[in-house]
Amino acid sequence: MRISLLDLLRIAVGGVTARLTRAALSVLGIAIGVATLVAVTGIPASGQQALLAELSRLGTDLLEVSARPAQSDDVATFPAESVAMAGRVGPVTGVSAVANTQASVRRSDVADESSGVGVAVLAARDDLLGTVDAELADGRYLDAAVDGFPTVVLGAQAARWLGITRLPDDGPGPQVLIGDRWFAVVGVLEPARLVPAIDQAALVGWPAAEQYLGFDGRPSVLYVTARENAIEDVRAVLPATVSPELPGLVAVSRPSDALLAKRQTETTFSGLFVGLAGVALLVGGIGVANTMIVSVLERRGEIGLRRSLGATRGHVRAQFLTEAVLLSGAGGFLGVLLGAAGTVVYVLARGWPVVLPPAAAGLGLAGAVVVGVVAGLYPAVRAARLPPTEALASA
Amino acid sequence: MSEPTGGVVELDHVTKTYDGGVTALDDVSLTVADGDLLAVVGASGSGKSTLLHLMGTLDRPTSGTVRVAGERVDTLGDRALSVLRARRIGFVFQQSHLADRQAAVRNVETGLLYAGVPRRRRETLALEALDRVGLAHRAGHLPHQLSGGERQRVGIARALVTSPAVVLADEPTGALDSVTGAAVVDLFRALNATGVTIVVITHDQELAASLPRRVTLRDGRVVADERAVAVGGAKEADR
Repeated sequence: MRISLLDLLRIAVGGVTARLTRAALSVLGIAIGVATLVAVTGIPASGQQALLAELSRLGTDLLEVSARPAQSDDVATFPAESVAMAGRVGPVTGVSAVANTQASVRRSDVADESSGVGVAVLAARDDLLGTVDAELADGRYLDAAVDGFPTVVLGAQAARWLGITRLPDDGPGPQVLIGDRWFAVVGVLEPARLVPAIDQAALVGWPAAEQYLGFDGRPSVLYVTARENAIEDVRAVLPATVSPELPGLVAVSRPSDALLAKRQTETTFSGLFVGLAGVALLVGGIGVANTMIVSVLERRGEIGLRRSLGATRGHVRAQFLTEAVLLSGAGGFLGVLLGAAGTVVYVLARGWPVVLPPAAAGLGLAGAVVVGVVAGLYPAVRAARLPPTEALASA
Repeated sequence: MSEPTGGVVELDHVTKTYDGGVTALDDVSLTVADGDLLAVVGASGSGKSTLLHLMGTLDRPTSGTVRVAGERVDTLGDRALSVLRARRIGFVFQQSHLADRQAAVRNVETGLLYAGVPRRRRETLALEALDRVGLAHRAGHLPHQLSGGERQRVGIARALVTSPAVVLADEPTGALDSVTGAAVVDLFRALNATGVTIVVITHDQELAASLPRRVTLRDGRVVADERAVAVGGAKEADR
């Protein structure tokens, strides 16, 4: 005799809700596992979306050209005319350069040498900011009016290290000691997303560096922008263009690629997290199995009664299996809601766009149901195998 | 093996030996005729419960044959046995085994769940069954709102609801005080008068004596099978 699915569901709902606290705890176990699964897929998806949006805003047309030293203690530089030569390549839309002056920077003459450790003093061309798409946080950038004087613009990180994150609105600005000379801080930069090296730099005008810091005018890093569709071609010809004698010692990279790779590893949760979610789901499943086993032990009388009312072994098995799937399915549903809510909160807190992959929710639900079937199988089979006489006797 | 004699339940030279060597029933032959109201009486350990389990197809004999409603139980598989239990046998237990959170009428409907009765017909049949046990007015009450005797009557209604060939009652008054127990026995008598075949398993000699037919078990054997003169017409000795 078959019983309808609706009858089966009604029996199972009755069985599950008769012990509400225990059912709720099993549901919670599954929900935590599924919520973790949804979150570890939803958060990276949102991060990825945010990254793509950021990249399209920053642009991907920037190339960074740096010289590798021929020997390890050499200071690698390009010829002084390399900037102009790179600018003559057809699709190139902009060229700027920096050069490491090897000078040290200190907050003041009484601060010891280490106060500026980590800050590189770079000679920077006036067009650097526009080329690498960096922005001022305060003050002004180097231009023709000041680039010949001992003035300096600090990168975001360098400014924090030196303790000068804000310039006074009026009166004399702060000064730092570069080499053995005082330089006036005229500007502080925002973090440069594409070129983090600038964040840790103190930027000095090209002529000022030559005049006060003994700089030879040879750039060490070129920043080149080019038309997007020709960027790979430009990348190919740059080494021979900027260093005709030693093109093999020129490294050209695309900062947007580096950023992409870095951020992808930051936002894509490793297999470890997914594994963790799997373990949580597994533990939830064990909880359901445990609940069902206890339930079968407690409900021997009910099993005996149902058998005497004409329930087949199959009916009893189906009933307990359905109860297990109900528990885990409810857990899966709750977990998807919790995971989605958690993802939304986390993602909004980071200012990312919310992306909830439907596949994650579907997979979480399906996973929960599978866990329920597996967890319910053994208790259900045990319930079905219980001889009716034994079930009634123990009631 | 004898031919069926037309009884509702027929046991023919039935022996039941449990693992471990305990013989609970020893060569018992017993026929429950249609319309019988029968007490199986005996001390605890006399084999009463085993007899009920075999009559109810909840267990199988070690040897001998059991027929219920003409069908040989030993040839049937789990599904066929379940159908037999669902449709032809009604059980009444000492504890009425009602679902706590379901109204009386729902509990009675459970008796139809495995009998293949469509849902829309169950309530009608359940209400009829409650009416037969005199509880139509309590149909919507939850078990904890009912007295012990009423709960037992709900259990009886659940056994009756499929119009089974036989109702097997296992110590139906065991959990009740004597007045309430007597009322339940009166109900059995009234139901029997409408044609219901009922077997009551009891250790209560007084209760057994009040029923038209008594089978006495001792140590797994039938030692007496008597019919009351007043009801049966002639006293019938054990075969």
